[in-house]
Amino acid sequence: MSAKSYPGSDAVKANGWFTAHKWLIARRVSQFTILGLFLTGPLFGLWIVKGNLTSSLTLDILPLSDPFVLLQSLLAGHIAADTALIGAAIVLAFYALVGGRVYCSFVCPMNFVTDAARWLSKRLGLSKGWQPSRDTRLWILGAVMLSALGTGVLAWELLNPVTILHRALVYGAGYGATVALAIFLFDLVVSRRGWCGYLCPMGAFYGLLGRASVVRISAVRRDDCNDCMDCFAVCPEPHVITPALRGADTGTGPIVISGDCTNCGRCIDVCAKNVFQFDMRFHNDLPNASVSDESASASTNRHAAE
Amino acid sequence: MGEQSSSHSSAQSRRRFLGNIARAAGGAGALALVVGLFARQAQTLPAQALRPPGAGPEADFLAACIRCGLCVRDCPYPTLSLADMSSDVPVGTPFFVARKVPCEMCDDIPCVKACPTAALDPNLTNIDDADMGLAVLVDEETCLNFQGLRCDVCYRVCPVIDIAITLEISHNTRTKKHAVFIPTVHSDKCTGCGKCERACVLETAAIRVFPRHLAKGRIGEHYRLGWEEKAKHGGESLAPGLVDLPDRLPDQLPDALKGWKP
Repeated sequence: MSAKSYPGSDAVKANGWFTAHKWLIARRVSQFTILGLFLTGPLFGLWIVKGNLTSSLTLDILPLSDPFVLLQSLLAGHIAADTALIGAAIVLAFYALVGGRVYCSFVCPMNFVTDAARWLSKRLGLSKGWQPSRDTRLWILGAVMLSALGTGVLAWELLNPVTILHRALVYGAGYGATVALAIFLFDLVVSRRGWCGYLCPMGAFYGLLGRASVVRISAVRRDDCNDCMDCFAVCPEPHVITPALRGADTGTGPIVISGDCTNCGRCIDVCAKNVFQFDMRFHNDLPNASVSDESASASTNRHAAE
Repeated sequence: MGEQSSSHSSAQSRRRFLGNIARAAGGAGALALVVGLFARQAQTLPAQALRPPGAGPEADFLAACIRCGLCVRDCPYPTLSLADMSSDVPVGTPFFVARKVPCEMCDDIPCVKACPTAALDPNLTNIDDADMGLAVLVDEETCLNFQGLRCDVCYRVCPVIDIAITLEISHNTRTKKHAVFIPTVHSDKCTGCGKCERACVLETAAIRVFPRHLAKGRIGEHYRLGWEEKAKHGGESLAPGLVDLPDRLPDQLPDALKGWKP
């Protein structure tokens, strides 16, 4: 292997720095733009988006509401007015199209915090720490909904670090910003990628939506894979890659089908062999039996040759 | 033999699977309980925190409000704010403190119109019907009007003047020759906007707005006021006929009462 210093350095060499960072840049642009749209009003009096991520009104016409919070409200016994229901339907339809956890990677303000923690933990060479089951967040999602049902109030929203952080950013920081510090420390010291990877019930909710969402990552040129492992190194949910990337031998299609995938596109960036691209979930068929046999044997040969 | 061991191991893995499910379900239940208990603790609203117009009872409001702050954004005054983690108000919910910035009672009620979930009731179209709380003159000992002075500020600033708050004249027992003008709040008309509390000239307000459940007493369900029943039933008493108990007089009447008949 050539002298390489960090995941993605091969891709930088092969494709240039910009191509090897394009989705990361797109993601940061998206995150800052969305936050900026909320902030032009309070900071400069230019009202583009009012409210916050739980419910907003864009240009006084487009309502958007968070279906995760609205579901809690429904279970707590309140049927919201049409504005919120329409807003939640738009949001659901959008993420059902572009990928459920696109919320996590392109929108959520906590992603700044958890990515920063991951960056620092890499710099400091910290260990993985606590690694519970990926399903933990689903159980927490269940507990959140159960607590709304049991108490008749939005119990989780008294604690939800994601909505508290965004509210603090848009309505003026204060103690709210300390939840970001708590999550940062948790991710840094207790559990690598711990909050988003194992605990956050919002991510779990959007992950469920992602199980059916249309736009997906595809390891379409997986036969070119040289096993450099860079995609696994940068992926926040690395278990989603294996079936798609290594599935040729077992007859699994190239689409990353797991709802846990955040469609962040970082695997596309860091792959020097351009294995990955965005695709639709329907394109998950193997080209045809003979080709797949060929490719399977080719990949076997390649592995054998190494 | 091989079959037996495989069925044995499948039973084992099934047991492990069920064990894991049970553990996760137990953990989720425990978490739900803790979150629920925390919510119980955190949902008590401090007495000086008032909800925007159209908010229902606190328990309903906390189910309906998704803490987006759109009411705060559309409030044209610095009245409403969202609760921070540091305040005693449930985090993220809108409130105002009358002594700081009262509700200006806009005719078009923009905060209610902004609410996407109907946590602020869209059926509230006349701001005079709002019920954010109830003004109570809590301290007669410091209220200047009670001392016989003509402060009248709470009365003057009331947006529903002469209806929600009136000045009731009575005799000044201190000077024996003047009148006192007692500010009197009428609970069925007061909107709880808090302008009276804001305007009170004292160092600490003598008139304050509380959430209605803190401000009002409640008569027992079974209790009937005779005169009201009589008016309702066209002059018929609830208990017909005068119940006249026998008068008891001391056996030994004092001289002054000699010869008195009841």
